[in-house]
Amino acid sequence: MALASEKKGAMVIGIHENSSNGGEFELRDVSVTYGSELAVAGVSMDIERCAVTALIGPSGCGKSTLLRCLNRMNDEVSNATVGGSIKLDGTDIYGKDMDPVELRTRVGQVFQKPNPFPMTIYDNVAYGPRTQGLRQRGALDDLVERSLKRAALWTEVKKDLKKHAFELSGGQQQRLCIARALATQPEVLLMDEPASSLDPISTQQIEDTIAELKSSVTIVIVTHNMQQAARISDWTAFMLRESMEEPAALVEVGETRSMFTNPGDKRTEAYITGRFG
Amino acid sequence: MARSSTTRRRIGRPVSSRAADGAVRKLITANGLVAILILAAIFLFLAFNSQRALQEVGILTMLTGREWYPTIGVPRFGFLPLMAGSMVVTLTALVMSVPVSIAAAVFVSEFATRRVKEISKSIIEFMAAVPSVVYGFVGLAVVVPWVKEVFQLSSGLSALSAAVVLAFMIAPTIVSIAEDALHAVPNELRQGSLALGNTRWQTTYKVVLPSASSGVLAGVMLGMGRAIGETMAVLMLTGNAAILPSSVFDSVRTITGTIAAEMGNVVQGGLHQSVLFNLGLVLFTITFIINLVADLVLEKQRKRWRR
Repeated sequence: MALASEKKGAMVIGIHENSSNGGEFELRDVSVTYGSELAVAGVSMDIERCAVTALIGPSGCGKSTLLRCLNRMNDEVSNATVGGSIKLDGTDIYGKDMDPVELRTRVGQVFQKPNPFPMTIYDNVAYGPRTQGLRQRGALDDLVERSLKRAALWTEVKKDLKKHAFELSGGQQQRLCIARALATQPEVLLMDEPASSLDPISTQQIEDTIAELKSSVTIVIVTHNMQQAARISDWTAFMLRESMEEPAALVEVGETRSMFTNPGDKRTEAYITGRFG
Repeated sequence: MARSSTTRRRIGRPVSSRAADGAVRKLITANGLVAILILAAIFLFLAFNSQRALQEVGILTMLTGREWYPTIGVPRFGFLPLMAGSMVVTLTALVMSVPVSIAAAVFVSEFATRRVKEISKSIIEFMAAVPSVVYGFVGLAVVVPWVKEVFQLSSGLSALSAAVVLAFMIAPTIVSIAEDALHAVPNELRQGSLALGNTRWQTTYKVVLPSASSGVLAGVMLGMGRAIGETMAVLMLTGNAAILPSSVFDSVRTITGTIAAEMGNVVQGGLHQSVLFNLGLVLFTITFIINLVADLVLEKQRKRWRR
């Protein structure tokens, strides 16, 4: 019994150890339809492995919608359909053989508002691995510690892992959610305005964490804050919905430095210089 | 007191609005007090009418007596068979109703499409609106013969028959309160769990149900309170033999059934009547405690999500 679980635990770790050096996305002509309304259309871009890609644009321009395509969370919206092709490391994630539940262990997500589960800090981080069948105490302890360290929360909570997650501050809760997502050892981490509900110091900590993480994980971050995009991202994609009659579209994507100093499109320039949005 | 002084210091609000505010507050407070007063009056009424039996029979004799023969020459006023009858019927009903009701609440809250949800909710509400005598009637016509047939009993009037019908009667209470509790779990938690590679079902039993556990428990407690207090259906279905039951197939007599059946035939101011008031006091205490605990549990649940 003990042997079997040990073996299983080791196996789970093994699989992830091999694949924890990021993943790359290839989006071709991606569109999202809610019911009969085309919300996002014609998005084609590549997302580089182990880099930070920022999605920027005004409210309602489809950034979060596009982000949710990457881990198929749009599947949970009953009337949403996704068109075009999205490949993760060459495999079509909307293909027949792709299980969305398994995909989400490879593509983690951190939400806008910290959403820790009503349980202890330890159990929050151990939640994902336990679902994947990791039961062995020692391996779980290691993984929890490693994940909390990667999310830069370990030193603050190592003495009270049994404390209820709700007792943490907002910024700590968000880093706990990052640790929780990292515990399934994803190749990609999607972040939907992860700092928008936090104070400047907590925001700084989250940004530092992102900078640390990008050596081992591909990060796609949606942000309203252009300074943030400029500070932390390697690539920037600018999205825009020009009118309510048209779907949102990708205006341009490029290296962050050149996007912010020398944007290719007039609309991008107008947005980043603050003329609208 | 601190509140009224800050109100007085507040600037920029017209005096008339402040006065109206105060009047409304007093009115609401008065309403709350009336509810408490009525409850206290019921308790005092029961206690007052219980006096004679308390002096002549004694509380301990009543609570521990194993025999209930209220009308023989030297009457025996033992509550144990009646309390046991109520307990057997209630617990059996809970065992049958709780798993199905919680499953129904989970279905309605987590898995049903909007249309199915609306339909199921109105059916469940309708179940609560059916008068208990109708449940009793259906029980007599359907459940009693069925129990007799299936378990080869000489009579189908038994604790089990009453429990089956009660299980249906308390289901709406449990389902609607449990459903409310599940519904109150923030959607972000579901999203968080799904995004970690959990299925809908794993998300439900690992995150949603535990988060709503106190509300679900409160629903079960209120259902239990309803089952203990139910009178008409159990009176029609239990067979009303006031003996300590040895199994759910025995005929039993409940506290409520006893009061309802005997109160009309007693001498005003007599000992038997006073004993029945004591029985009412026992019932009042049991349901009061159950409801109080359920309320405290629900309050805890509400506080949890108010952050």
